[in-house]
Amino acid sequence: MGSKSEDKAVFDTESAKQMVNKLRASFMAGKTKTYEWRVSQLIAMLNMLEENELQIVSALRDDLSKPELESSIYEIAMLKNSCKLALKEMKHWMKPEKAKTSLTTFPSSAEIVSEPLGVVFVISAWNYPFLLSLDPMVGAIAAGNAIVLKPSELAPASSSLLAKLVAGYLDGSCIKVVEGAVPETSALLEQKWDKIFYTGNGRVARIVMAAAAKHLTPIVLELGGKSPVIVDSGIDLKVATRRIIAGKWGCNNGQACVSPDYIITAKDYAVKLVDSFKCELQQFYGKNPLESKDLSRIVNSNHFDRLSKLLEEDKVSSKIAHGGARDETNLKIAPTILLDVPINSLIMKEEIFGPLLPIILVDNVEESFDMINSSGPKPLAAYLFTNNNKLKEKFVAEVSAGGLVVNDTTVHLAEHNLPFGGVGESGMGSYHGKFSFDAFSHKKAVLYKGFSGDSSLRYPPYTRGKLRLLQALLSGSILRIIRALLGW
Amino acid sequence: MEKSIAELRETFKSGRTKSVSWRKKQLKAFLDLVNENEDSIFKALDQDLGKSPVESYRDELGIVKKSATYSLSCLDKWVAPKKGDLPLLLFPSKAEVIPEPLGVVLIFSAWNFPITLALDPLIGAISAGNTVLLKPSELAPACMSFLIQAIPQYLDNKAIKVIGGGADVGERLLELRWDKIFFTGSPRVGRLVMTAAAKHLTPVTLELGGKCPAIVHNTLSNPSKAKVTAKRIVGAKWGPCTGQACIAIDYVLVEEKSASTLIELLKKCIQRFYGGNLKELNSISRIVNKNQFQRLVNLMKDPHVAASVVYGGSVDEEQLVIEPTILLDPPLDSEIMNEEIFGPLLPIITVKNIEESIEFINSKPNPLVIYAFTEDETFKKRILSDTSSGSVTFNDAMIQFLCDSLPFGGVGQSGFGRYHGKYSFDTFSHEKSVLHRAFYPELEPRYPPWTNFKLMFIKLAYGFDYLGLMLLMLGFRKS
Repeated sequence: MGSKSEDKAVFDTESAKQMVNKLRASFMAGKTKTYEWRVSQLIAMLNMLEENELQIVSALRDDLSKPELESSIYEIAMLKNSCKLALKEMKHWMKPEKAKTSLTTFPSSAEIVSEPLGVVFVISAWNYPFLLSLDPMVGAIAAGNAIVLKPSELAPASSSLLAKLVAGYLDGSCIKVVEGAVPETSALLEQKWDKIFYTGNGRVARIVMAAAAKHLTPIVLELGGKSPVIVDSGIDLKVATRRIIAGKWGCNNGQACVSPDYIITAKDYAVKLVDSFKCELQQFYGKNPLESKDLSRIVNSNHFDRLSKLLEEDKVSSKIAHGGARDETNLKIAPTILLDVPINSLIMKEEIFGPLLPIILVDNVEESFDMINSSGPKPLAAYLFTNNNKLKEKFVAEVSAGGLVVNDTTVHLAEHNLPFGGVGESGMGSYHGKFSFDAFSHKKAVLYKGFSGDSSLRYPPYTRGKLRLLQALLSGSILRIIRALLGW
Repeated sequence: MEKSIAELRETFKSGRTKSVSWRKKQLKAFLDLVNENEDSIFKALDQDLGKSPVESYRDELGIVKKSATYSLSCLDKWVAPKKGDLPLLLFPSKAEVIPEPLGVVLIFSAWNFPITLALDPLIGAISAGNTVLLKPSELAPACMSFLIQAIPQYLDNKAIKVIGGGADVGERLLELRWDKIFFTGSPRVGRLVMTAAAKHLTPVTLELGGKCPAIVHNTLSNPSKAKVTAKRIVGAKWGPCTGQACIAIDYVLVEEKSASTLIELLKKCIQRFYGGNLKELNSISRIVNKNQFQRLVNLMKDPHVAASVVYGGSVDEEQLVIEPTILLDPPLDSEIMNEEIFGPLLPIITVKNIEESIEFINSKPNPLVIYAFTEDETFKKRILSDTSSGSVTFNDAMIQFLCDSLPFGGVGQSGFGRYHGKYSFDTFSHEKSVLHRAFYPELEPRYPPWTNFKLMFIKLAYGFDYLGLMLLMLGFRKS
């Protein structure tokens, strides 16, 4: 594979073109369309995950210092579940769906047939390098497509292991991995794909969509945003705090697209909230969180510097209520809470994607909905902790985000009956469960007509009588039809 | 322009368009608009395209009325949240998917069905609770004028606006930020729309076109079925806007031995439906403008193509009329066989064996529809599995457009996204997932510090291995 550090041929536009041509030939030959092929690939993926768990955990430790439990659960167990669900449901998903027909097209029958799109391009991210590469692939395989995967170069050990494992376990004539960075990705983006599935940030998403536009390629963009957490009073504060911690620092130390980005709470609740955080954080990560094995590190020095800058901004640095410690050598930042940061600070402008949690104060939690809706881009997720049913209803009705969770954080990702995707700046399209299968399928409408019931009123020469009958038919009203037929 | 759009955004923010009663009111007003202005619409369509009232009703008025009525009757069902099943592990929790409007949407419509392609997407956008700016095509000016004048009289004009003008207006609109763009038109402009949308990460639906083939197989062997086949082909080719339709039959594939039978039947049909020659032509629309007329005439200029004309071919430049024309086996590398015809010229391509038609279709970009006249069930299955198109219709043509339960859209070069019926509602909605959790019971193993026990617990939980979990918790299972 085109790994830059080795002395191999450069993966350029010509290489990309040839790869796509080969895959398209495999696809046109029908290799990926059979149920058997799809099953074989999903089973191979399950074996791949089962037999290489230790290596995967080790690669993730190299790339992100990801705790073993996070790797086992979020990257491996979740993936295995995805494969198993697809294996179980695929036959059902592949079946045509019957569609109703009306009097207007009588006699006829109709159905919607799922067909693969063709050759698809999956671009994944560095924070969950296995999950975000292989989970979309499960959908693409289940739907019968040929695939090129481009893992993120910012997680090099994972990228290299993925390339090795996919080549070793999956059908190389239909599924390929290309390692590399901007040049390789650009070469691939110039090609004509039948679908592009991108997980990452808004800036690159625009480049991907513009490239897709040249070939009218449909896309799924799984992006991110500032996912807010609204914390009301009158709740079980301990449970709420723990769930926020689990969703924030327990998921790659805040480097996750659905990570609770910031909190909004009432002024008079803030102190209680911060105290609860301090208490639980210590229980989870000890007195020296920089030394805790249960926290991922920051992925690289670029991001470390970015996060440091957010903390060092004048109007923000004085607001640190907990944490703030940094270890530049080991790229570690302790769980940090900031209280009452100004809305126009840097930390409140961009997606944090790290272990810093600002708390914004309002007089009344009801104000938070407007604040979220008018703060700009729609986030991927929004969270609310409350026991007030009216507040819950208002939240669900008024806050627009990819997905919402009440009284918990991030767990909706594990629920495969819920479509996972963004809206506005947080993305377009969705996946997980059957939604993955649908994302990589074309739903072809099929209408079967017979030869009986051919009415002359469809055809010219056109007369007033035909017009009246047509009007009646299109309205679907039996009475009108009878009247028109009788000439009334 | 910016002021109008700012107003649309304000209106959306106010939440007015989210209420189901607002949406129903608009849809009802919409029906009034169409019912009370039938004659004006007939007149505009006649002016722009020479459509007769029956064609106008069948393809435009009737369609949008049906669409609005259907949406009105289904709206309550569509806006209702969809419940999701949850595993025992997450008990007690509630999951649902709630449709919400995207916001401010931009609809570009085309000139060939200037009422349907403007108003049908509009119905979808309104049903889903959005505010809308509609940009009709300037190439159908009478219809555009009608829409500009009529819509503000009936619909909420702070939420639904129409803007006139040409390509320059379109370009300016594309520079702004929308929450959705719905475009009907050519692949060339589709690319421009999507490229512009990429700057703002605006989701788009592109309803494009392609060369929609009609395979004619064994239905010719039975005389009455052959007649019906011919009628349906003729009615579907020249009936809607004289072939200027994205789902019009572009060309026909038939076995050599049946070609002459088919051609004779088609000729008879054409004469019966539309008249014997150019002078007697009736019940058929005309070419939209000089540009398109010239383009179509040029397609026949190539001497080899001209030589393949077996019926028709006469044109009237002043009236912008081209009579229904059939060509037999024009050269496959000619323009007429490589670009979407979008006009009243019908090439018939012969093959030795009808199975070859599948490779022929696959050698061209994915069309919006594939039509096949056949009663051979095996062949039907092959067509479905070995070709790719937006949709497939067996033994008829154009009529799939009337089915509200079938998604209407393309694949590959014919576009992406879909609409009609509930699909219209969905295309202008964001499906928001909502998960409601309770504070109890609490699962301790969710939280660090991590131990082997917690790892085992979560692994079993993810496998929904409830028995294993019980054993683990009771201490009967090693961690």
